[in-house]
Amino acid sequence: MKDAFGTPQSLLVLGGSSEIALATARRLIARRTRTVWLAGRPSPALEAAAEGLRALGADTRTVAFDALDTESHAEVLGKVFAEGDIDLVLLAFGVLGDQDRDEADPLAAVRVAQTNYTGAVSAGLICGTALQAQGHGSLVVLSSVAGERARRADFIYGSSKAGLDAFTQGLGDALHVSGVHVMVVRPGFVRSRMTAGRPDAPLATTPEAVATAIELGLRRRSETVWVPGTLRLVMSALRHTPRALFRRLPV
Amino acid sequence: MSADSVSVTGWGRTAPTNARLIRPRTHEETAAAVRDGGARGSIARGLGRAYGDSAQNAGGCVLDMTALDQVHSIDSYAGTVVCDAGVSLHRLIEVLLPLGWFVPVTPGTRYVTVGGAIGADIHGRDHHGSGSFSRHVSSLELLTADGSVRTVERGTELFDATAGGMGLTGIVLTATVELTQVRTSLMTVDTERASDLDDLMARLTAGDHQYRYSVAWIDLLARGTSMGRSVLRRGDHAPVDALPARARREPLVYRPRRLPSAPALVPERLLGRGSVGLYNELRYRRAPRARTGELQKLSTFFHPLDGVPHWSRAAGRSGIVPYQFVVPYGQEEALRRIVGRLSERGCPSVRAVLKRFGEGDPGWLSFPVPGWSLALDLPARMSGLAAFLDELDTEVAEAGGRVYLAKDARLRPELLATMYPRLDAFRALRAHLDPRGVFTSDLARRLAL
Repeated sequence: MKDAFGTPQSLLVLGGSSEIALATARRLIARRTRTVWLAGRPSPALEAAAEGLRALGADTRTVAFDALDTESHAEVLGKVFAEGDIDLVLLAFGVLGDQDRDEADPLAAVRVAQTNYTGAVSAGLICGTALQAQGHGSLVVLSSVAGERARRADFIYGSSKAGLDAFTQGLGDALHVSGVHVMVVRPGFVRSRMTAGRPDAPLATTPEAVATAIELGLRRRSETVWVPGTLRLVMSALRHTPRALFRRLPV
Repeated sequence: MSADSVSVTGWGRTAPTNARLIRPRTHEETAAAVRDGGARGSIARGLGRAYGDSAQNAGGCVLDMTALDQVHSIDSYAGTVVCDAGVSLHRLIEVLLPLGWFVPVTPGTRYVTVGGAIGADIHGRDHHGSGSFSRHVSSLELLTADGSVRTVERGTELFDATAGGMGLTGIVLTATVELTQVRTSLMTVDTERASDLDDLMARLTAGDHQYRYSVAWIDLLARGTSMGRSVLRRGDHAPVDALPARARREPLVYRPRRLPSAPALVPERLLGRGSVGLYNELRYRRAPRARTGELQKLSTFFHPLDGVPHWSRAAGRSGIVPYQFVVPYGQEEALRRIVGRLSERGCPSVRAVLKRFGEGDPGWLSFPVPGWSLALDLPARMSGLAAFLDELDTEVAEAGGRVYLAKDARLRPELLATMYPRLDAFRALRAHLDPRGVFTSDLARRLAL
């Protein structure tokens, strides 16, 4: 059960080797979290991540989960929920893709869309239903500022996150009366493995900062969290910029 | 689970969860609701005055017991009443006071049910003399997990597990309560100020035995030499000859005052350090240095906040996190340290109440032990509050103290066994009595009770 400050005791991470997710897990383990499920494609990195969380004192288990294999989601996630209540589901999987290559290779682009959007729709709905049956819990979905307005530089990734973002908002409204809290997290540029080698964008942030924002959002039962918070204003301005001008902006 | 599930929270309005809310009107309906409770079990709920998650049951069934509200019989010679568990102390006072009887123990609100009073084994300002509520319950009828109704007598194991058992042993259907005789509906109250914490403890230790009721309000924002300055209010039921001539004609009249409700939306920052500091300053300075024999209404003395329905809304949307602990006598140093930390941090608690407890109560999970109890209410939005209260928990546990489960919504589960040494017996009894977990609550899940 979550306590009065929204801190969960059990956590399910979808995308178990995500740096943001692991930073969040570490933060929550320092508070109340004692049970962690890391769901992801089996890999040494996933096992190492689980080992790291075990060292912090959490009972951590890994489970084989592939965002692209939507057929298997119900079975895999059903098993996790059957083991006990999950207070927080952190939907953290996603791929950035390579814009230039993906534009030339539609199949690669489709894989980005399927991972980030279709996979999340399937997993989100399954987890939403399971949380609803529990009568409590939070579903935190990592979206991105890139989904707020599509840019020339990363519109394949951006459009998949736009879809995910819209889906999550709708799911949150659908689950609102059922006691399940759904939160969209929109980080800006996060310095991590996923963005390694790319130049920092303005207002770049870190996985730890995102984790802090998630913990605060859980306490406040926020529905939307921007990291850093100033991005909310920046993106609000960008959203209203005319296309002709937006196209020319160096963003 | 479908549209018939509703959001349920405690009085502190933190951590809402959804459950099916059922309001049984008879004992049979209660038994049927428990039988059909489903995989996630049931828990009884009274008037929802417990701050935390003890009367919530996410995904399961919450039984609102307030429709079972009959007072079955009153023995006005022996001073006992047999009533349904859903009867509130407010109703009992209304019924009993004209007959010259009063409830044996009342907490800071009279809007609690008898069932809730037993489940949380509540205490009041008379704990140093009278003990907790369950000590005045001679027997009760308990609906247990197997669907049977058992008559449970005081002094038995099941009784002691049920007293303070947070509703997890079963559902109390009726109870026989032993009452306190009174001659009037007024209180004679003595008020004095204490200039700091040591002064307060000395005054309480020296004088408590002379009064039936005793409580002290502490200004937790006062620092330095005035840290722990407080106002003591102690009193007793007034005898008829203490009343002015006019009041003597109707000595047992009971008309509590009721103000309008607190508004549903209150700005989060209403209760901040500035406003509460100012309030505390005024409250301390307005209190007489020493006054004896003041006549007060029962409701003014015992239940000042009941005049304002929904007062907990005043903390704003994020709700209230209460904190109440007790440390045994001999651990005054720990109490000093904790009060020091609270005042150093500037905790804006409007209500902060210090009370000397008497002998411990037999309930396995009953809160009171002989010692000093401090209760405070903090706004949940205070930054860093979660970690701060965790540190206080550690101090309390190291001093051999404990926190009050009826007010808890955040305790670290690991500390529970240290604080409540009879926890293992309680768990064993529950495993035996209710192996399928028919009765469970959010509190039970969170703390693995």
